[in-house]
Amino acid sequence: MGRGPMVSQARKSELLFSGSDWDFRKLARVYDEIEAIGIDELRLDIYPVQMEVISSEQMLDAYSSVGMPLMYRHWSFGKHFLYNELLYRKGARGLAYELVINSNPCIVYLMEENTMALQALVTAHAALGHNHFFKNNHLFRQWTDAGGILSYLDFAKSYITRCEERHGLAAVEAVLDSAHALMEQGVFRYHRPPKLSSEQQREGLRERLEYEERSYNDLWRTLPPSPETGKTETDGNVAAERKKSLNLPEENLLYFLEKNSLVLEPWQREIIRIVRVIAQYFYPQRQTQVMNEGCATFVHYTLMNMLFDRGRISEGAMIEILRNHSNVIFQPAFDDPRYSGINPYALGLDMMQDIQRISTEPTAEDRDWFPDIAGRGDWRDTLLDAWANHRDESFIRQYLSPALIRKWRLFVLSDTADEPHYEVASIHNERGYSKIRSALAQSYDVGASRPDIQVVDVDLLGDRHLRLQHTVKDNIMLEGESRDATLRHIRRLWGYDVSLAAIDAETGAMLSERSTKEL
Amino acid sequence: MPIFIDRRLNPKDKSLGNRQRFLRRAREELKRSIRDHVRTGRIADIDREHAVPMPRKGTSEPTFSDAKDSGRRQHILPGNKTFTAGDLIPKPSGGGGAGSSGPGTTESEDDFRFVLSREEVLDLFFEDLELPDLVKLNLKQILSFKPRRAGFTASGTPTNINVGRTMRHSHGRRIALKRPKHEELDAIARQIAELESKPPDAAIRERIVALREELDRLERRRRRIAYVDPVDIRFNRFDPQPIPNASAVMFCLMDVSGSMGEREKDLAKRFFVLLHLFLTRRYERTDIVFIRHTHEAKEVDEHTFFYHTESGGTVVSTALEEMYRIIEKRYPVAEWNIYAAQASDGDNFATDSERCIELLDGKLMRLCQYFAYVEIIDERESHIFGTTENGTTLWRAYSEVDEKWPNFQIRRIAAPADIYPVFRELFARQPALRKNA
Repeated sequence: MGRGPMVSQARKSELLFSGSDWDFRKLARVYDEIEAIGIDELRLDIYPVQMEVISSEQMLDAYSSVGMPLMYRHWSFGKHFLYNELLYRKGARGLAYELVINSNPCIVYLMEENTMALQALVTAHAALGHNHFFKNNHLFRQWTDAGGILSYLDFAKSYITRCEERHGLAAVEAVLDSAHALMEQGVFRYHRPPKLSSEQQREGLRERLEYEERSYNDLWRTLPPSPETGKTETDGNVAAERKKSLNLPEENLLYFLEKNSLVLEPWQREIIRIVRVIAQYFYPQRQTQVMNEGCATFVHYTLMNMLFDRGRISEGAMIEILRNHSNVIFQPAFDDPRYSGINPYALGLDMMQDIQRISTEPTAEDRDWFPDIAGRGDWRDTLLDAWANHRDESFIRQYLSPALIRKWRLFVLSDTADEPHYEVASIHNERGYSKIRSALAQSYDVGASRPDIQVVDVDLLGDRHLRLQHTVKDNIMLEGESRDATLRHIRRLWGYDVSLAAIDAETGAMLSERSTKEL
Repeated sequence: MPIFIDRRLNPKDKSLGNRQRFLRRAREELKRSIRDHVRTGRIADIDREHAVPMPRKGTSEPTFSDAKDSGRRQHILPGNKTFTAGDLIPKPSGGGGAGSSGPGTTESEDDFRFVLSREEVLDLFFEDLELPDLVKLNLKQILSFKPRRAGFTASGTPTNINVGRTMRHSHGRRIALKRPKHEELDAIARQIAELESKPPDAAIRERIVALREELDRLERRRRRIAYVDPVDIRFNRFDPQPIPNASAVMFCLMDVSGSMGEREKDLAKRFFVLLHLFLTRRYERTDIVFIRHTHEAKEVDEHTFFYHTESGGTVVSTALEEMYRIIEKRYPVAEWNIYAAQASDGDNFATDSERCIELLDGKLMRLCQYFAYVEIIDERESHIFGTTENGTTLWRAYSEVDEKWPNFQIRRIAAPADIYPVFRELFARQPALRKNA
C-alpha cells in the first residue's frame, strides 16, 4: 500500500522546478544544477555568470546596439532599432530568448516573458555553452579581452558623449559615419591587436593625445629631399623606403587612417580607434558562428537530456524544451520558401553530434575519413579540443563527414555571372564529398569572403593621394554605388583624394580604377 | 550561484537618443512625408501618430560590398533531391536567383514603415510654420488639471483635515481600547463620596481604598489612551482631474470656385489644421463643419471639401448664411464655443460684400469666439499687398469688421510661414485662460 504514491512523491521532490512561472530562487537552483553537471559531465570551463532579467523592449534595445549593454549613441542604431521593432511587431521575427556577452563575468540576458522551462534551456545554452566557448576558444582568448570590454565600452560611450558636447553632434556623427563604413576593413586579421586596458586607457589617453598633438611626424616632411640623397636613390628605392616606413601595405584601413591621416584632430583619431576596437572585438564572433552556436546548442541539448534522464525535469517541461530546441535547429531545404541560408545552430549541432557518433560508433567510412578520432570512445575530449582550437572554416574543413553531407543532401552550385544558368558542381557522392566540404569551409572563411582592400601607397611629396588596392578574386567586383559612397567616407577621413584600383588576384592585371576625383 | 540582476525596472527607452539622432538625420525626408499627410489626410488626423516610410536618403550605411552580378562563386545548399553533378539550372530572370544566399528573404527596406509619435509629428509639421516655441509648447501640452475630492488619505496638510472622519476613527479606537468614560469616573467618585459620608469602619475604609485605586487606574488609562490620536487623523484627498472643457465647433469656410488651385487649397488646409490643433488642445470635444461655396453654399464632408471643384460665381454671404443656419440648428451657443476659419482668394461679387458685413456684424460675430479670415494670394503679390489696405472687395469689407470686433482676424497669406500670425492673438491669450482654469 502507498508504495506507488510514495515513489512519485519522491520523484516530484527531485524536480528542479514545476509549473511555468519562474522566480529567482528557481533560477538559482536550476543554474547550480546545470553548472554542476556541465562541469562534471562535459568538463566545461566557464567564467562566473551574471544573469540579468530584462523585458522584451530592453531586448530590442540591446539588439540595435550590436548586442552590447553599453554603447555610444549613433543614428544607425536608431534605424536598426526601428527595423527590429517592426519585424518583431509584425511577428516576422521572434526575439532571441537570450543574449550573451563575451565578458568576464559572462553576462546572460534572460527575457522576462520566458517560461521556467525556457529559462532552464537558456541557462544551459548561454551560461554554460556560449560561456565555455568564449572562455576557451583560441580566437576569443587571443583576440578579445573579456575582462576589459565592458569598462572599455563605458569609456567609449562617455568619451563620445564628451566629444558631442565639445565639438557638436554633427562633427562627431560625421566621423562615426565614416568610421562605420570602414568597420569591415578595420580589423587586423593576421597580427594580434594589443589588449585593452581601459583603466590605463583613461589615464593615458590625455597624455597620449597631447603627445600626438605636440609630436612632429617625420613622414610628412614637406621639404624636398636634399640633392645628394635624391640623386643617389632610384625611384623604386624611394617608394620601397616610403612604404616600409608607413608599414605598407596595410589591411586595416581604420588603423592606417587613425595613425597617418593629416587632417584628423586627436579626438577624431580616438573615435576611429573606438570603432576599430569594437570591430576587432566582434571579429572572432563572426568567424565562429557555427561553432559558437553549435557548441551552445550541443551543450543545452545534452544537459537537458541528462537532467531529464535523472528525473530532474518534468515531462511537460521537457516537451516544451524540445519544441523550442527543434524550432531553433530547423533547417529548410534550399527550395523551401522559408530557406534563408544554412542555419548555424543546425549545422553546428549536427556536426558535434556527428563527432560524438564517430567517436563511439564509427562506420568503416568514418574510420577512413577520421582515423584519429573514430572509435576513440571519449567524444568529450574531441569536442573540447575542437571548441578550443577551431574556427568555422577549419572546423568544417576538418570534421564535416560524408555521413553528414548525405544527411543534409548538400550540393554545390556554381554561379558565373554572365552565364544564363547555374551548374551543379558537386553532390553528395564519393566524388563530391571533399569538394563540398572544402567549398562549405571556404564560404565560412570570413577573411576570404569579404573584399580584400588594402592601403598600398601614399604620394607623400605630391598631392598626398592615397592609393588603395582591391584584390579581385574570382572576378567578383565591388558594387559601384556603395563603393563610391565608401570612398567618399575614406576621403573625408584622409582629407585628400583617394583611389581604389581593382587588381586581379591571379594575373595581377589592373581591372579598373576609381578615384574620388571622379566623384 | 550566479549573480542575478533584475533590469526590468531600469529606465526604458535606452535607445531614445539613437532614435532622436536618426529622426534628425532623416528630417527633410520625414518632413516631406508629413507634408504629404497634411495634404492628403484628414484635418483631425494630423494630431496623432503617423506611420511613415523609412527614409532612405542620408540614412544609408555604405560599405565595400561585392557586386552580385559579377564574378564566379559557389553556393552550398542543403536538400538536394534530383540534381546530379553537371546539371544546368536556368537562372530565374530578374536578378537574385535561387542560388543566392537568401532568396526571397531579404525584405526590401522600402517596405518598412515606422510610427512617429504625436509629438514628433507636430515637431515636423511646425517646422515649416515657424511657430514660436511658446506656442508649440502650449499645443503639445495636455490640458490643465483641477484637484477634485477623491476619498481620504492618512497624510496631508492640516487645512485638509476631515474632522468627521477623524472623529469617527477616534471613536472606534476609544471603544476598541476601552478608554474609560467620564461617566465611569464620576460614578466611582460619587461612590467614594457616599462611602466617606458614612461612619467609617474597617470594611468601608478598605472599600474606599479599593475604589480610589480603581479611580486612579482609570484616570491613568484615560491619560494614556488619547482622545484623538495621530493615527485617527484623516485628510481629504484630492485627485488632479482634467478640467471638463466645453465643446467647440470649428467652421471651415472655403471658396471652391475655379480660382482656388492646388497651392491655395494646400495653404488653406494648413490653416484649418492649425486652428483644429489649437481647438483640440483646449476643448475636449471638437466638431468640424465644412462649408464650401461658389455662388451657393453647401455643407459637405471633408473629402468633397478639399477635392471636388465646382464651377460658379462667388457669393461669400451664402456661406455665412449657411453657417448661421447650422449654428441655429445644431450648435446652441450656450453649449458650444464657435470658431470659424474662412479661406478665399478674395473674389466676391461687389454687392455681396455689404451683405457679408451685415451678417457678420449683426449676427455671427455675436456668436463666434473667433473668426479668422485668410486671403490666399500669389507669392508675387505678397510684397504689393503686404502692407497696403487696398485689396479685393472682400478684403476691404472684412477690414471694416476687423476694426469693430477684436476677435475678428484677417490676414493675407502667400506661404505656410504666414499662417501663424493669424493665430497670434489666440495663442497669446491662452496662458491667461489656463491660469483662470
